Amino acid sequence: MTQEHPSIAIAAQARGHHAPPMSREKVFEIEDLSVHYGDKPAVKNIGMDILHKNITALIGPSGCGKSTLIRCLNRMNDLIPSARVDGRLLYHGEDLYGPNVDPIQVRKLIGMVFQKPNPFPKSIYDNIAFGPRIVGMAGDMDEIVEGALRRAAIWDEVKDRLNDNAFGMSGGQQQRLCIARCIAVEPDVILMDEPCSALDPISTGKIEDLMTELKEDYSIVIVTHNMQQAARVSDMTAFLIVELTADERERWGEIVEYDETEKIFTNPSDQRTEDYVTGKVG
Amino acid sequence: MEAYRPPTERTRFAVAGARANVAAVLGSQPRGDVIRNNVFAGLLGLAVLIALAGLAALLAQAVVEGAPALGTNLITEPPSTIDTANAGFRPALIGSLMMIAFVIVLIVPLGVGAAIYLEEYADNTRWWNRLIELNIQNLAAVPSIIYGILGLGFIVRGPLDLGFILLAGAITLALLVLPVVIIASREAIRAVPPSIREGSLALGATRWQTTRRQVLPAAIPGVATGVILAVSRAIGETAPLLLVGATVFVTFDPTPLGANGYSALPVQIFQYATRPQEEFQTMAAAGIVLMLVVLLAMNSGAIWLRNRYEQKW
Repeated sequence: MTQEHPSIAIAAQARGHHAPPMSREKVFEIEDLSVHYGDKPAVKNIGMDILHKNITALIGPSGCGKSTLIRCLNRMNDLIPSARVDGRLLYHGEDLYGPNVDPIQVRKLIGMVFQKPNPFPKSIYDNIAFGPRIVGMAGDMDEIVEGALRRAAIWDEVKDRLNDNAFGMSGGQQQRLCIARCIAVEPDVILMDEPCSALDPISTGKIEDLMTELKEDYSIVIVTHNMQQAARVSDMTAFLIVELTADERERWGEIVEYDETEKIFTNPSDQRTEDYVTGKVG
Repeated sequence: MEAYRPPTERTRFAVAGARANVAAVLGSQPRGDVIRNNVFAGLLGLAVLIALAGLAALLAQAVVEGAPALGTNLITEPPSTIDTANAGFRPALIGSLMMIAFVIVLIVPLGVGAAIYLEEYADNTRWWNRLIELNIQNLAAVPSIIYGILGLGFIVRGPLDLGFILLAGAITLALLVLPVVIIASREAIRAVPPSIREGSLALGATRWQTTRRQVLPAAIPGVATGVILAVSRAIGETAPLLLVGATVFVTFDPTPLGANGYSALPVQIFQYATRPQEEFQTMAAAGIVLMLVVLLAMNSGAIWLRNRYEQKW
């Protein structure tokens, strides 16, 4: 382990101003989790505690299973018939994969924002109202819609055209609409699978600001390819890597290091993490 | 910074040479390429021309031959063997339209339901689902006369025992075009991107809510187009109807369950065309024009629907 740290990719002042994790309450406790697609492993030996009302980033090279891991957290992997999840995944102490757990109910509490903005081919209003309607939320729908759009910081841009088709919005607006749609059902956790990879830097900045605001009320887990983004927004960071068997027949993802973001980016304890965050590999 | 120096003679010469060369490259396409390009475009154009020529010939022939009989009497008057000057297709037209209505009522829920099952629910790694899929594609290619025999054996007689009524004809036609509707609806449902389903499911919607509220509305234009095209095929079918009762020379307006017989446009045209006399040939030609008009109207409707509601992803 080197004592001196080489040039870190991101200067300290550009790294945002996150204090050490505010909350120590655990929202997810993951123990020895592994996921297989058919008989091919995707991730193995995952163990980490995700803290409540924090932003947790998953970083690592392509194919390291970041998306697979985040999709375990709201049971979206159930939609892939060949996927099999082993190990323990507790959500506020309850086993998320327990026999009495309904994945539909899980997804009402744990929302998700996808890589490519995927608004429904409907009006802006109906995009937001869809979730609350199927969940059967009480209250005035106009207020629910306005509230969600306001919290997603997009209300001022769309308030005059709520009945326009959402496909007419820019990519960045569509993605914030998707975040608003997710917030509208009042989840507990928001999962974001590379939410900015299809967006320009200005739209990305807006979404990052939004995430920082949203963590007051929600736990956020974000998968990102962009290390600067992880450094800017997250409180905790997990670095995953691709492991291979000797004959290279099988490959799967494992966690190398999981710690406070500050530490991962300035003083990582594993050489592989340091090589990755300083841009020597990857 | 170096001071600007005017180009030397040598530089000018080199630049001019390079420019001349560019012009030569841009201006000359290999001769073989030019010929191949034109020959291929010509062949493609010929294919289009032959297809259109067939249609144009049919239309022209029907219009010229049927011209004496073209008039409002075609849709207002029943057929007649005595007063051919004023005869028309009224019962056959009503019969065809009624059958279309019944066919639509039958194929929309059945066809869309089957398509939803196959696209959204069936696990196509299972052999039985793949078998169903293969068979539906085969069914779409089964000759229509076979459906006539099926209709005769199972609907007119046999288990359903409805008799030779219009509804039996409609059920037979519905079975005939059902595979087409299923295939078209599946295409439309498959064209809805998976990300829409994911977005909906991630909000805690059930599979049915996702299908009902997101996938189906987005697929409706495609489904509607498929239904109309299927119905266009049904309206032109003669063979199966001949077997399930639409053979009589009907001079009164048919009813769905009436046991006195019914007719349909193509059957009526067939009736006229089999008679040798000149005036009946004229009536047959006029009937073809009438049917083409109905078909054209339906296909225009399909195109309008598709353009009006088509979703660009």
